[in-house]
Amino acid sequence: MGAAPSGKEPGGGSAVRTVVVWCADWPAVSLGRPAERPVAVVRANRVVSTNAAARAAGVTEGLRRREAQRRCPSVEVHERDPDREARAFEPVVAALDGVTPRVEIDRPGCVLFPARGPSRFFGGDVAMAGVVRDAVLGALERPVAVGVGVADGAFAAGWAARRSLARAGHPARAGRRGSVVVAPGDSAAFLADLPIGALAVEGPAAVGVTAERRELADVLVRLGIDRLGRLAALDAADVVARFGALGLAAHRVASGDDLRPPHLTEPPPDLEVSVEPDPPLDRVDAAAFVAKSLADELIARLAPRGLAAVAVLVSAELAGGRVVERRWRHEGALSPAAMAQRVRWQLDGWLTHQRRLDDGRGPDPGGGPIVRLVLRPEEVVPDAGRQLGFWGGDRAARDRALQGLARVQGLLGGDAVRMAEWCGGRAPAEQFRLVPLDALDLDDEGGGSGPAVAGPAPWPGRLPDPPPPLVWGRGPAVQVLDPAGGGVQVDGRGTASGVPAAVLVDAGPPRRVEGWAGPWVADERWWDPVAHRRRARLQVRLDDGSVHLLVLEAGHWRLEATWD
Amino acid sequence: MFDTGRMSIRSLATGPVDDVDRAAVLGELAERIRPTVLAAERTLAAPPPLRPLFPAGGPARGSVLAVEGRGATSTTLALVAAVTGTGSWAALVGVEAVGWSAAVRAGVALRRTVSIDAPPTSRWATVVAALVETVDVVVVDPRHQVSPADARRLAARCRERGAVLVRLVVPDGRPRYRWPTSADLTLACDATWSGLGEGSGVVDGARLRVRADGRRTAPGAREVEVRLDAAGRLVGDEVPTSGGRGHLRRVV
Repeated sequence: MGAAPSGKEPGGGSAVRTVVVWCADWPAVSLGRPAERPVAVVRANRVVSTNAAARAAGVTEGLRRREAQRRCPSVEVHERDPDREARAFEPVVAALDGVTPRVEIDRPGCVLFPARGPSRFFGGDVAMAGVVRDAVLGALERPVAVGVGVADGAFAAGWAARRSLARAGHPARAGRRGSVVVAPGDSAAFLADLPIGALAVEGPAAVGVTAERRELADVLVRLGIDRLGRLAALDAADVVARFGALGLAAHRVASGDDLRPPHLTEPPPDLEVSVEPDPPLDRVDAAAFVAKSLADELIARLAPRGLAAVAVLVSAELAGGRVVERRWRHEGALSPAAMAQRVRWQLDGWLTHQRRLDDGRGPDPGGGPIVRLVLRPEEVVPDAGRQLGFWGGDRAARDRALQGLARVQGLLGGDAVRMAEWCGGRAPAEQFRLVPLDALDLDDEGGGSGPAVAGPAPWPGRLPDPPPPLVWGRGPAVQVLDPAGGGVQVDGRGTASGVPAAVLVDAGPPRRVEGWAGPWVADERWWDPVAHRRRARLQVRLDDGSVHLLVLEAGHWRLEATWD
Repeated sequence: MFDTGRMSIRSLATGPVDDVDRAAVLGELAERIRPTVLAAERTLAAPPPLRPLFPAGGPARGSVLAVEGRGATSTTLALVAAVTGTGSWAALVGVEAVGWSAAVRAGVALRRTVSIDAPPTSRWATVVAALVETVDVVVVDPRHQVSPADARRLAARCRERGAVLVRLVVPDGRPRYRWPTSADLTLACDATWSGLGEGSGVVDGARLRVRADGRRTAPGAREVEVRLDAAGRLVGDEVPTSGGRGHLRRVV
C-alpha cells in the first residue's frame, strides 16, 4: 500500500494535488464558548490563539495576558491544553473519514488529504470541496470558520484554505463560497503575491523549524525578496548556495512544488511496532503510558538506521473487531515526545469519541476497548541529527534523566511527574504552575523561568521580595484578632480595622503577633463581576519565630505562605 | 547558579595592587569554577556560604542529609540550586508546598527539577528508589512511618548510585514520624526573619544559622551563619549596618 499520495499531475510539477481543511483558531474555538464572547488562549502568559470576537476587541496573538485583558476586559482567558484540542478535533476527522480514507492530521484544527480520488468521486474539485465543508461543519457543535483549499502541493493548498476563510465571511454559510480551488499548474502564480512572511507562519508543509523559518524570512526580506514569487524566480542553485537545504525547501515551496521528494522509499515493514495491551485499553491514562512506550520503541528502531519519521500511522484494533486508523504528519521529524503526544491525542480522541457514541446509540458491536495498537512510520527521511550542546554531556544527562523519570511515570501515571513553569500572576501560588513533563518542550530553555529570573519586573500589586519558600495551595483558615479579641478586617481603602495581636491557625492555640506589616490590598478584575477578587494580605511574625503571609478574602483569613 | 553578589574583580589599573589581594581574588575564582570540575567526583556542589558545613566541601555522593528547623526549606532550596546549577537533576517527592518563585530566586534550574506528588504510602519506597537511580538529588518529606527496611534499602541505593537523599520537614502542622535510621549529616537550621515592625516594614531577609552534625564528627563541629538577602539569595556573612534594605557589603 503506497504510503505517500502518488501521481504526478500532467503538465504540472511534481506536486500532489492536495486538499487542506483549516479550522480557524482551533485552540480558541474548540473550547466551545459562545461565538460572541471573546476568548483568548494563553501559554506562558502570552496569547497564542483568539476567536473572532476577541480580535474585534483588539486582542491579537503575541500579546501578554495583561495587555489582552487591558484591551478587552471581558475576554475569557484559558490556558492552552493541546490534549483537549486534539480530543475535540476527533469528531471532525471522523466525519472526513467518510470522504476519504487518506486523511492526515497536521495538527488539531488542520487536516490534509490527496485530492485526486475524492475529486473524481464527487465530480470535480469544487463539488468535493463543498462536500468536505459540509461534512466538517456537520461534525462541529458550534459554527466555526472552516476554510477548504485545493491546490497542487500542501503549502499552496494551506494558503488557499486561509484565503477561503477570508472570503467566506459568515462561518456557517455552506457551499462554494467557502472554498478556494487553485487550478492545476497555477500554484506558483497563486503563491507569487504572498509576502515572504508566509513561509514563517505555521501550517501544513511548513519548512524547517519555527525559529529557522522566521530567521530565513527575515533575511530574505532584508535582501529585498519580499514576495514568494521573487523567491521562486531565483535560480535554485543560487538559493542552495546561499541558504542551504532550508533555502532550497523554501524555494520549492514558493514555486508551488511539494516539499516531499517525488520518489519516496517505502519504509521497510519491520519498522512497524505493535502492542497488545492486556487488559484492553479503555482509559486514557493507561493509553498514554502505552503510547509513550510504543513511540519510544519506534524511535529506537528508526534511530540506528539514521531515519526519522515525518508521518506516522496509528492503527488500533477494537475489541469488537473494528480497526480504526489515523495518520499524523508533522513539520520536520517527529521527536519521541512529539510522537508519543500524537499517539496519546489519538487514543484520547478515540476513547472519548467511542464513549460518546456508546452513550448516544447504545454499545457499538464493532467497538469496545483497544486490544491492539500498531504504530507504523509512513514517511521517513534521513535524520539530520541534532546538534549536541556545547557541553555534550548535558543532553546525555537529560536523556538519562528522562528515561528514569519515564519509569516513575509508569509507576504513578503520566501526570505525576511535573515541572514548574512560569505563568505570571500576583499571588505567590499563581506565579508558577506545575505542568506534566510530557506537556513541556524541554528544548525551550528560556520558557521555564520567565522574567522572575531576569529581575523583578513591574507587576502592580505584586508582593515584595523575598518570595516565600513555602506556598500553601489552599492554606488553613486562620483567625486574626486584635488586642481586644475581635476579628481584624481590612476595608476597601486598605486600612486594618485593628492591630493584629494574635493569630490562631486551624483553631489551634493563639499565637502572639510580634511583628507585622501590611495590609497590601489587591483588587483584581474589578470590572468583571465574575472574576472580581479583592484580597488583602498581611505579613506577620509570631511568637514562635515563624513568619507567615495571611490573606483575607470575603471576610475570611487564610494562611497563604510561610517564610521558612 | 553562582552568587555574584559578593565578589568583584578590582581593576588592576586603578592603582597598586598587592600580591596578597590578587592571590585572594584568584583563590575566590578557583572556588567558583570548582563545581564544574566536581561533576564526576565524589561530592556534589554546594552553595559557597554553606561549604564549610560539609567535611568534603559539598554533600558527599551517596549520603543521606537531613535538614530541619526553621529555615530548612530555604536551605534545601539553596542546596538544590547549587546542584542543578551545575547540570545535575533534582526531584522533590511529596513537597507540594514549595514556593517556586523562591526556588527560582535561590537559583534552582526549573528545567532540571521535577516535582512528584506524594505517592501512595505503599509505593513511596519504590518511587523514591526509582528516583535515586535517575537524579542526583532527591528531596523527600514522607508523612508516613518509613519502615527500617525501606530506609536501609534507600540508603544503600543512594550509596550505589551516588545520589543524595535529602530529608526535609515542612512545617505544615501535620505530624511526622521519626526516621528509623540516622542521617549521615544533619543540618539544623535556625532562621530569624527580619524587617517587620509594628505595622510597618516588610520581610526583607533572614539571618540563618546552620549547624552540621554528622554521624562520625563531633556534635556541633561546624556552624555557619549566613544571610538570605532581600532578593531571596543565600549570601555569606557580611558586615551588617543598620537593618533594612541597602546595607553595605564587604567587597573583596
